[in-house]
Amino acid sequence: MNEPVKKPARKKVELDPRFVNYKHVWVFIEAERGVVHPVSWELLGEGRKLADALGVELAGVVMGPPGERTRQICGEAFHYGADLCYLAQDEVLRDYRNEPYTRALTELVDTYQPEIMLLGASTLGRDLAGSVATTLATGLVADCTELVIEADSRNLASTRPTFGGSLLCTIMTQRHRPQMATVRPRVMAMPDADTARSGRIVEHKLAIIESSIITKVLEFIPDAQQDKPQLAFADIIVSGGRGFKKQENFQLVWDLAKVLGAEVGASRPIVQAGWVELDRQVGQSGKTVRPKLYIAAGISGAIQHRVGMDGSDVIIAINNDPNAPIFDFAHYGIVGNAMQILPALTEAFRAQIALARRAG
Amino acid sequence: MHSVVCIKQVPDSAQIRVHPVTNTIMRQGVPAIINPYDLFALEEALRLKDRFGGTVTVITMGPPMAEVALRKCLSFGADDAILVSDRAFAGADTLATSYALAAAIGKIRENMPVDLIFTGKQTIDGDTAQVGPGIARRLDYQLLTYVSAIREIDHEKREILVERRAEGGVQVLKTKLPCLITMLEGTNEMRYGDMDDMFRAARHPLKQWDRLAAGIEDPNVVGLKGSPTVVGKVFAPKPRSQRAEIIETVDNDPKNLVVTLLAKVFTQHPKLEREIERLAK
Repeated sequence: MNEPVKKPARKKVELDPRFVNYKHVWVFIEAERGVVHPVSWELLGEGRKLADALGVELAGVVMGPPGERTRQICGEAFHYGADLCYLAQDEVLRDYRNEPYTRALTELVDTYQPEIMLLGASTLGRDLAGSVATTLATGLVADCTELVIEADSRNLASTRPTFGGSLLCTIMTQRHRPQMATVRPRVMAMPDADTARSGRIVEHKLAIIESSIITKVLEFIPDAQQDKPQLAFADIIVSGGRGFKKQENFQLVWDLAKVLGAEVGASRPIVQAGWVELDRQVGQSGKTVRPKLYIAAGISGAIQHRVGMDGSDVIIAINNDPNAPIFDFAHYGIVGNAMQILPALTEAFRAQIALARRAG
Repeated sequence: MHSVVCIKQVPDSAQIRVHPVTNTIMRQGVPAIINPYDLFALEEALRLKDRFGGTVTVITMGPPMAEVALRKCLSFGADDAILVSDRAFAGADTLATSYALAAAIGKIRENMPVDLIFTGKQTIDGDTAQVGPGIARRLDYQLLTYVSAIREIDHEKREILVERRAEGGVQVLKTKLPCLITMLEGTNEMRYGDMDDMFRAARHPLKQWDRLAAGIEDPNVVGLKGSPTVVGKVFAPKPRSQRAEIIETVDNDPKNLVVTLLAKVFTQHPKLEREIERLAK
């Protein structure tokens, strides 16, 4: 029965000779108005593993306006695992704009020649990665959920969801360098900062003049702080899916979230039906979350949803189908009707918290 | 004002199922739709036409069946439609796709200058958001991604003022035409075509361009050959080493089930219990 399947001998694809000297792993450190996007630190954690597997160095790429703050970011990158940082400081890099950032990053790649370059799949990172990869005519894999070095070829094997998140596929860039990949925020774990770590800075002078840049930033209107759900960094999330049948039943999810001080999440069909706003969608086409507790009620657990919440510390699933895929990766499960179990769970938590309050 | 809108025909991913035994995609019967994000791009182009006059051309790269998607766009009010289709394009990744589309748009430009190219922010089947930036780069158009509003267009100065969704806020950007805009979802609402447009859409002679008609001499820059990325294995994710611990009680009464659940969870994760008490206060 279990005879090993004989794999067809894979045709070995040689690296284009232009790229034989490309070496080391880079992470683009995304900073806007002096604030680093946490995805950059998550990527340094992942980049560290890749660099160690290859026996090469890990570099952060820091770009921004002249000034002490931009330079400080290099120090932070060392704490999160970088061995060195390439630092490009120029007035044209004050606000993010596609053209100067594409030109600067392309120039750095051409000059210092990395074999792997990772960027966050944020609005900025996706804008930049697509432009840089096209300019360099190299491969770019979006929204990876796993990055490993293939032992024999030393190529980067990037795994990402495909077919609308119903399967995973592994993609490689064999002939071209750098091998580029983006990873969505919160997909990789945040590494611990080691403030004792330090590294060296390679300063790179750009020769981009403002008058050559066509697009101008007239204004930046920051989002009001409280008007958006903050699922990505929530400690507890209660999510609901199709098991609630009707919009009014979804109130049960809100009830439990209120008792727990949690955020409300939802699977894609719920968002598409308009029961909750877009910012609450968890999954491949929504948010990736890593809470301490994730309660999935009436959610079957399609890959599309799974890739958005797989990193949660504790997952409790409630579903009336004992064969639902959610039970393959949840930690605890109750087989039953979410519309009956959830109110009971709300009451149980309420009692637990009341007891703790009385005791404390 | 001439806008080119790039669209893609995609399988309705909400209806894709994976065969439980063979782990392969069951494509049969899955309806093909216009990528929903592209409709925001098309509607925005049609609105500009309403405001300033001009022409809206829709383009797609895909198999012959993508004609249906293009005719749908005509019925919404697009003026012309081009299907870029050739066996040589099969297996294209985003880099090879942007090459073919940029070449075809280059051909369109030979007859009528293109002021704006619109795309959706991404597709629902690939989710990469890479083809729009790729086309802009190849044609050397200014790139404006995640645009939530077009505030002004000054035809004299050939300037455009847009709002762009950025991390933590909205950027107000001014740039020059021509440029490529990837439209954010939810920014407008697709119109219904009127009867005249529907009849016109059915009769409209659709242009179909193969590789050479799209102006691509070298077959090695498109399709699988022109794609630096290689797809290895496609697979279903592994379950965790342990399946979920299913909580059961003798009567399976909801109350008893949840009490048993919480007792178990808190015994095994005492930190979580303290965390919940902290958060609830």
